[in-house]
Amino acid sequence: MSTLSSQTVSACASCNSFDCDPSTCSARQPVEEIVETAPFAASTEGITAATRNACKLCTPLGACLAFRGVEGAIPLLHGSQGCSTYIRRYLISHFREPIDIASSNFTEDSAVFGGSSNFKTAVKNLRRQYEPELIAVATTCLSETIGEDMKRLFHEYYAENWEEGHPHMVHVSTASYRGTHIDGFHNAVRALVETLAVSGPRTRRVNLLPGMVSTADLQHLKEILADFGLPYTLLPDYSESLDGETWAEYEKLPSGGTPMKAIAETGSAQLSIEFGHTIAGTKTAGQFLEEKFCVPCRSLGLPIGIGETDAFLETLGTASGRTVPAKYRQERGRLVDSLVDGHKYVFGKRAIVYGEEDLVAGLCAFLCEIGVEPVLCASGGESGRLEEAIKTAHPAPLRKSMAKMEIRGGVDFAEIGEDAERLKPDFLIGNSKGYKIAKKLNVPLIRCGFPIHDRIGGHRLLHLGYRGAQRLYDEIVNALLEAKQEGSEIGYSYL
Amino acid sequence: MKEIEIIPEREGQVQRKGNVSAPMACNKKSAAGSVSQRACVFCGSRVVLYPISDALHVVHGPIGCAAYTWDIRGSLSSGQQLHRNSFSTDLREMDVIYGGEKKLLLALRQLIARYKPKAAFIYSTCIVGVIGDDVEAVCRTMTAEAGIPVIPVHSEGFKGTKKDGYRAACEAVATLLGTGSTEDVKPHSVNILGDFNLAGETWIIKKYYERMGIQVVTCITGDAKIEDIRRAHGAKLNLVQCSGSMTHLAKMMEEKYGIPFKRVSYFGIEDMSAALYDTAKFFSNDPTIMQRAQDLVREEVGNIYPQLQAYREELQGKKAAIYVGGSFKAFSLVRALRLIGMQTAVVGSQTGGPDDYKQLAEICDEGTIIVDDSNPLELAKFVLEKDVDLFIGGVKERPIAYKLGVAFCDHNHERKEPLAGFVGMLNFAKEVYSSVMSPVWNFVPRRQPGRAHTGMPSAQEKSVSLEEKTP
Ligand code: SF4
Ligand code: SF4
Repeated sequence: MSTLSSQTVSACASCNSFDCDPSTCSARQPVEEIVETAPFAASTEGITAATRNACKLCTPLGACLAFRGVEGAIPLLHGSQGCSTYIRRYLISHFREPIDIASSNFTEDSAVFGGSSNFKTAVKNLRRQYEPELIAVATTCLSETIGEDMKRLFHEYYAENWEEGHPHMVHVSTASYRGTHIDGFHNAVRALVETLAVSGPRTRRVNLLPGMVSTADLQHLKEILADFGLPYTLLPDYSESLDGETWAEYEKLPSGGTPMKAIAETGSAQLSIEFGHTIAGTKTAGQFLEEKFCVPCRSLGLPIGIGETDAFLETLGTASGRTVPAKYRQERGRLVDSLVDGHKYVFGKRAIVYGEEDLVAGLCAFLCEIGVEPVLCASGGESGRLEEAIKTAHPAPLRKSMAKMEIRGGVDFAEIGEDAERLKPDFLIGNSKGYKIAKKLNVPLIRCGFPIHDRIGGHRLLHLGYRGAQRLYDEIVNALLEAKQEGSEIGYSYL
Repeated sequence: MKEIEIIPEREGQVQRKGNVSAPMACNKKSAAGSVSQRACVFCGSRVVLYPISDALHVVHGPIGCAAYTWDIRGSLSSGQQLHRNSFSTDLREMDVIYGGEKKLLLALRQLIARYKPKAAFIYSTCIVGVIGDDVEAVCRTMTAEAGIPVIPVHSEGFKGTKKDGYRAACEAVATLLGTGSTEDVKPHSVNILGDFNLAGETWIIKKYYERMGIQVVTCITGDAKIEDIRRAHGAKLNLVQCSGSMTHLAKMMEEKYGIPFKRVSYFGIEDMSAALYDTAKFFSNDPTIMQRAQDLVREEVGNIYPQLQAYREELQGKKAAIYVGGSFKAFSLVRALRLIGMQTAVVGSQTGGPDDYKQLAEICDEGTIIVDDSNPLELAKFVLEKDVDLFIGGVKERPIAYKLGVAFCDHNHERKEPLAGFVGMLNFAKEVYSSVMSPVWNFVPRRQPGRAHTGMPSAQEKSVSLEEKTP
């Protein structure tokens, strides 16, 4: 929990007193002194104190996205209005779907005296307008900094307003100065099971906690789970709520999402499968279910490429007691056949991979499988486990390719751009925010991950499974072929 | 579906023309728990200052506020592109606990050394407002040290509404005024205030004035360089577009430098022409200016009129909903739509004032819904109730329109086609036409009664309709 929450509203940062005005506090180090002591960085060696064109987003964005994948849920950002508007806008530009995120709309008074009355009004208004089953609260930087105690607020609120059929409420702490959007996502999923999972007699159910993947990925995962004949809880599941049909009438809350009941049942499942090597062993939803309900947690990498998909399907095979369905064996076979057909076009090509750490680890492993050299694997994430994750995702025979690889966590796009000039890659693979770098170097950008703001259907891109690998492979090969074609005067129509 | 309710706190912010008792209860903070389409104070400042292309824009706070405003607008620059970067102090937990001044100072040193900007704007975000960083002092220090203006922008998100952000931006700009030479400023000269050069719109407008023989000293802030702003006080007249954002600056300039200002709009033929004529009238000591304005308008309108007529014939009688940031733009849009035969059934803005809404009501038809600071549920309700054919708004409204199967025109900061000026009117008509007349609406549920969810008729439905047709 927040290390700041022990402070009361607006305690001064310099003297820790509650009645002090921080801007005039006498214990505060005067700026003149700071000037003396701050090292002068006149040279252009590295910009260490500023982030330039961030390769990450803020924590509540991830939480809101995860909450959007729960049936009947409305996310509520406890803090000021701008955050929710910006986050909505950012998500909407990717998904091209309405995404309602409410805010408790802090004012100056709430920042000083706490947002308790705003919170209560917000819940009431949300209930009236949206009739949600779940009100999913995330605390922004502002409410976190003033030390808002959500447990107490929930308590107070319920004491006054509890009634039969009141929607559930869940809270996740998402101060952005701790972690990135991916942490917000995983923590929100954890908060959901913490609040909603219940124990019960062990079932055949499998919990699949996929992390932040595309709507197409979620669809595909559901298909796979069904083909193994397993009852499952996929959490979250925004495959429908963020990629739905056109409506005849406005739906307050879009249909789709993990049902609340299915979340409750995660506590009695036979197994949790959690994607993401960088989150393995941290305080995730899977870990919680293991500790609290003894549901074993199997941590796998995102099933991108052959090796990681094999591992995923094997796990499902064991859990279901079935062999891998013929459909997937055939998909794998066709994928391998196409890798053979195209191997010369990609061998030895140099790529820069960027994005969320686990996505990078997965893509990197896949690139190595097909003979591409990832020369730089970069992420704005700062888990410190990126290198480890990449290693884990690599089957032993491919480790060799790691020798030449630069792996950098906590970087921004300005740094990636600077590295790119030096590394001269043949292509970039990642979200659409790397476009300017690709344009400058005049190399293709293979769009994947989040966000895709400059193409339509970014959320429908498939990354996972053999099918996702097939799509990625075709796109990479074709982009390289096109670059070759375009870069030549001859006008080949036969490549 | 259950009726969508209007939150009681918001009832004073929705009116229907012909049935109004009290003035619009606007200028209110958004109700807690509503999904407002508004952003924050910071957003207001950021959009106004964003186009200043040779300045460093540093967002002091955690990463989100900066990340979400990275290169999001279509403001073009004829020179440097520094503004298209997102610089943030990316505060971490330790900075929040011990204060972020040191990090800000270091960041500024490093960034100024690297990018050699002509000035720097430092935006305070919410968190800075509560941890109490002395941003002013850091800015003073850096101004002295780096020899360029390092200007604090007081834009803590929770300290008001987007309008307060505009104000903070105006005040930041004002610190630069009067510091440059006005030697080459001519007697017939203006500043364009409140145009942001989206898709090059400032350039279009500037050319019109130049053709009239009027010098455009500075545009604040479309394609503005710091040098230009420094000498803006030399102009004889300020032309204020986007009244919400720049009136404050215009008033400050009037007070301090005696420069009068006029409110103008460059959207639609009527408003565009009025803007040119009003300016010409101001410089009535030279009658050739009015002559040239008239020639210009005649020529430009002549160029686009036949095409506009063609669009008008097709669009006649269609209905539109408008929801935009500033109310002044809403006026122009109502008129521009009328010019192409369309009627406005719903109109609203994020930040209008009581007078704006009164004026809006005057130019709208009976029964038009007028709304302040709306939200997705309300907007959807109005769109359905009025059965509109077109929605004009920004990126946050787009999915509401599309989800309901309604055509959409982006009239916000992200647009990539110029919509201002005479040529802009034509672009606007073209854009409206190409959305409203698209054949895809034939398949959406709204236009296929009885097929609530899927566009394709089910097998059963098909056989029924076949039977019905057989005599
Ligand atoms: S204050 Fe925090 S939560 Fe809000 S936008 Fe900024 S980084 Fe995100
Ligand atoms: S933190 Fe404050 S300044 Fe930043 S986006 Fe949120 S409301 Fe705006």
